[in-house]
Amino acid sequence: MESTIIKSVDYNGYFGDNHVVKNVNIEIPKNNVIAVMGPSGCGKTTFLRGINRMHELIPGATAKGKILLNNEDVMEMHPIFVRLKIGMVFQRPNPFPNLSIYDNVIAGYKLNGIKLPKAEKDKIVEHSLTRVALWKEVKDSLTKKGTFLSGGQQQRLCIARAVAMEPEVLLFDEPTSALDPISTSTVEELFHELKKNYTLIIVTHNMQQAARVSDKTAFFYMGELVEYDDTKKMFTNPSDIRTQNYITGRFS
Amino acid sequence: MFQGLTIVLAFACVIPLIAILIYIIKAGIGKINWNFITNVEKPVGEIGGGIAHALVGSMLVILVASVIAIPIGILCGIFLSENRKSKLAYWSRLSVDILQGVPSIVIGIVAYIWLVKPFGYSAISGSIALAIMMFPIIIRSTEETLKMLPDTLREAGFALGMPFHRVVLKIIVPCGISGILSGVMLSVARIAGETAPLLFTAFGYQFLSVNMTKPMETLPHLIFKYAITPYKDWQDLAWGASCILLIWVLLLNILTKIITRRWKVQL
Repeated sequence: MESTIIKSVDYNGYFGDNHVVKNVNIEIPKNNVIAVMGPSGCGKTTFLRGINRMHELIPGATAKGKILLNNEDVMEMHPIFVRLKIGMVFQRPNPFPNLSIYDNVIAGYKLNGIKLPKAEKDKIVEHSLTRVALWKEVKDSLTKKGTFLSGGQQQRLCIARAVAMEPEVLLFDEPTSALDPISTSTVEELFHELKKNYTLIIVTHNMQQAARVSDKTAFFYMGELVEYDDTKKMFTNPSDIRTQNYITGRFS
Repeated sequence: MFQGLTIVLAFACVIPLIAILIYIIKAGIGKINWNFITNVEKPVGEIGGGIAHALVGSMLVILVASVIAIPIGILCGIFLSENRKSKLAYWSRLSVDILQGVPSIVIGIVAYIWLVKPFGYSAISGSIALAIMMFPIIIRSTEETLKMLPDTLREAGFALGMPFHRVVLKIIVPCGISGILSGVMLSVARIAGETAPLLFTAFGYQFLSVNMTKPMETLPHLIFKYAITPYKDWQDLAWGASCILLIWVLLLNILTKIITRRWKVQL
């Protein structure tokens, strides 16, 4: 039995009066890749942003229920602590344009005012960039600005930035939707490597991607978690008619 | 045809500036020499009077005005860009816009009533009046610059567990620094030539003084004072001082352009 790292209990997310995530109960096992899919506006991104308490940063956004990280409710923890434990990568690559590639990787330390010895920083940078398969490409241009890189490289830099903080969980909000097909496949390959050390939750529009990269898949529709099962089963023999309709492309 | 008209009119806008530049430089440049810059005022008839007291005074008054206006203006701009929809932001944005339209002479009179009447003429009251004129320029340019930065940058910071103040100070402000600085420089250039608020506050003084609590001479006021006299000597001094002031403002504007270009963060 795999241990559960994240568990949501009756999680509800709102934008003002708009109830966008409804009573979601889900258990996420450690060192797995979980794909969260569903049509636009189904609440999947809101749920994802609820996990590391980014949701509440939007004016008017509120949440109810529990999200347990190793049996501790993140809603009770300090949001800053939560976000150090649960890293996040966004839809569009967003390296800090004022920082070099090197400083972008250690941005979580540097910008939080954590001083590290140079040797340690070097180690973290090399380690993190190696993990995202970017080290070989950028090791000679570490002092260049992060925005100097191509879109796909920038996205991997952003993953490295999250990885550098040694979180337990990494959240990805449609991480490849702004990338070209080749960069997309590089990032997808990364997921297989990253899951050895982290638990990955990936929101995606792309069903093929969900099928390719994930161990388990959750299907959201109209704010509800309709079905959550092993990816293989979801795509071959879904139990809910809505999942079936979505997968067969009857609506999107 | 239309394109031709736009080109002609674009040139027409440049003509007044060039005409002013040529005229003032022609009338003023000959008066500028070492004595002119290092001497203070002399009685009418004595040759060799200078504007050192006004130069020093202007620099001090502007420096103090900047010290007051820059931190408050930038912080207020940050507030406006980070709290776009709050009631307070709406009202303060409106006030800032109105403040921008308040004639400088009105600000001078207000400063006179608030500060000069109870405490007497002083350079510091002039600085405060000028600082009030700097606020809207700094606030709006800071706000506009920071608003242009994508939200994804803020999110990236928050997602790394950064508290709000660090996201603002370490990410948002550094990324917008060129726009913020250009607003600051433009506001300095804007007030460097302001005369009206200084008439009632810093007042003017014929000797070199660095005491901010006492009246002080400033360049625009000196120009005003000399220009309205009937004496040729003093009128020449006013031309010279105009030329210096013009060069000063021109340099500030050019410097702003350089800074904006040099420190621009490529998004």
